[in-house]
Amino acid sequence: MKQGPGGLYAAPSILWLSVFFVAPLLIIVAYSFLTQGQRGGVEWKPTLDAYKAIANPTFLTVTVNTIVVALGATLVTILIALPCGYHMARSKRQNLLLLLVIIPFWTNFLIRIYAWIAILGNEGFLNDLLRFLGLTDEPLRFLYNRWAVGLVLVYTYLPYAILPLFSTIDKFDFSLLEAARDLGATKLKAITRVLLPNIRGGVFTAFLFTFIPIFGAYAVPLLVGGTESYMLGNLIADELTKSRNWPLAAAISLVITLVTTVGVMLLLRAGGTATLGSGGAGTKEPEEGAALPAQSVASAEGEPA
Amino acid sequence: MKRSIFSKAVFAGTIVFLFLPLAVLVFYSFNESKSGSWGGFSLRWYLKLFTDSPDLWRAFGNSAIIALGSAAVATAIGTLGAIGVNWYRFRLRSYLRTVTFLPMILPEIIIGVSLLVFFSGLGIRLGLFTVFVAHVSFNLPFVFLLVLARLEEFDFSIIEAARDLGATEAQTLARVILPMIMPGIVSGFLTAVTLSLEDFVITFFVTGPGATTLPLYVYSAIRFGISPVINALSVVMILGTVALTWSMRNFLKYIAAK
Repeated sequence: MKQGPGGLYAAPSILWLSVFFVAPLLIIVAYSFLTQGQRGGVEWKPTLDAYKAIANPTFLTVTVNTIVVALGATLVTILIALPCGYHMARSKRQNLLLLLVIIPFWTNFLIRIYAWIAILGNEGFLNDLLRFLGLTDEPLRFLYNRWAVGLVLVYTYLPYAILPLFSTIDKFDFSLLEAARDLGATKLKAITRVLLPNIRGGVFTAFLFTFIPIFGAYAVPLLVGGTESYMLGNLIADELTKSRNWPLAAAISLVITLVTTVGVMLLLRAGGTATLGSGGAGTKEPEEGAALPAQSVASAEGEPA
Repeated sequence: MKRSIFSKAVFAGTIVFLFLPLAVLVFYSFNESKSGSWGGFSLRWYLKLFTDSPDLWRAFGNSAIIALGSAAVATAIGTLGAIGVNWYRFRLRSYLRTVTFLPMILPEIIIGVSLLVFFSGLGIRLGLFTVFVAHVSFNLPFVFLLVLARLEEFDFSIIEAARDLGATEAQTLARVILPMIMPGIVSGFLTAVTLSLEDFVITFFVTGPGATTLPLYVYSAIRFGISPVINALSVVMILGTVALTWSMRNFLKYIAAK
């Protein structure tokens, strides 16, 4: 590391991100302590009204619902993604398999949601099929409930989990598994005691990449959810645009930020001790892993076959 | 160790799961009838998409301008930032590292809401400009991290050698550093373009009249129910994705081989 024109190089980045990233976040913090304006906006009178409003039952129900949906969807996603990543890492046709995961991943987010509406809707593919087979007369209602939200969330974020898990498992030394088997471990034991601890870093990354966007989900519950599957993201948007209670929207945003930041820190700490403890092949630096969905695509694709 | 049949089965199932919705869209895009049920093969929705959907193409134009413009600005700023952070010590260095990490741990909606509040607090009218600013802001950290990853593979002594041989700082940057990290810059730019074309949530909050991007257009179409033109558009976009993935892969391979 040298003394030199580093500050000059970095000045545009620092300036841009300070003005358009950090300052807006600080404004959110400030707004959450101010009084609601008449038609949106705020009045500059400090108050804790927004935080009192958060304590009401509606908000708590939505919070609990958001946590349940986010944890459930994340768990399902990772349980599916683990064997997928494992299979891809062991395959001889890695590039092809990567491509298969990346194509749906790069297909526009809204198109993917739309596709599920085309399948599950009242006039959708599934109802068509059931009618064609003579199994139903009336269309069945698959959309606009918590299960539809969960399904589409898992669908949307599955590649976010598969890609980091693949790149971690790919670096894992599989002879360790053979050694474990030779020493008498069962297949399951070899996986839980040898493979999993070594790919912890990848599991953490996958968890973060799925949990964070799902926790802040807005579009999916809006388009395929019903009233009972309302999530915090929808609440924020409503407070901003319908109720025009900006302080409350700011306060809810802060709650989401707090939950995700604390979650990240806890996971990084756990991941950090894992790095120190095992020194395994699979434990990646969190920072490196963080750029992943994009980075793993770029780096994995960049390697000549 | 034998390759696991279990993981193979899960992977195969997952691929079917991932592609099934896309296949359904392809199927419906060739459907003559407007409602769900099959009414025979037809290309009419493609015809309508290409000849009779002016709003859609205007939205596409906006998306293209925003994506290319914001990616270019984010790549320029982010690349310089990464060079500074990787090789030099300066004040605010750890601040920049922390701030570029933020978009990874903040849900999109937080970024969208904070920018909306910021713009309206300053009385800036929402429109293409605010969308552009927002896109540069969330693209910048990604470019920064991708270029940084590339820079970490290089030795500072190369820079010192250039300087010892009489190159100025600007010459070193243009003739030595930038060519060396070009693959990182290119993948940063392409990632930024993709992220920008893809973004719905942040754009949704900071957009204004006349600044409808393609995802926003699709969103309003979905709100009015299933539209066959959107089916056709989806198929075109999926094909575009495949083509882009394919060419990017070959391009990066080509660069890596060079």
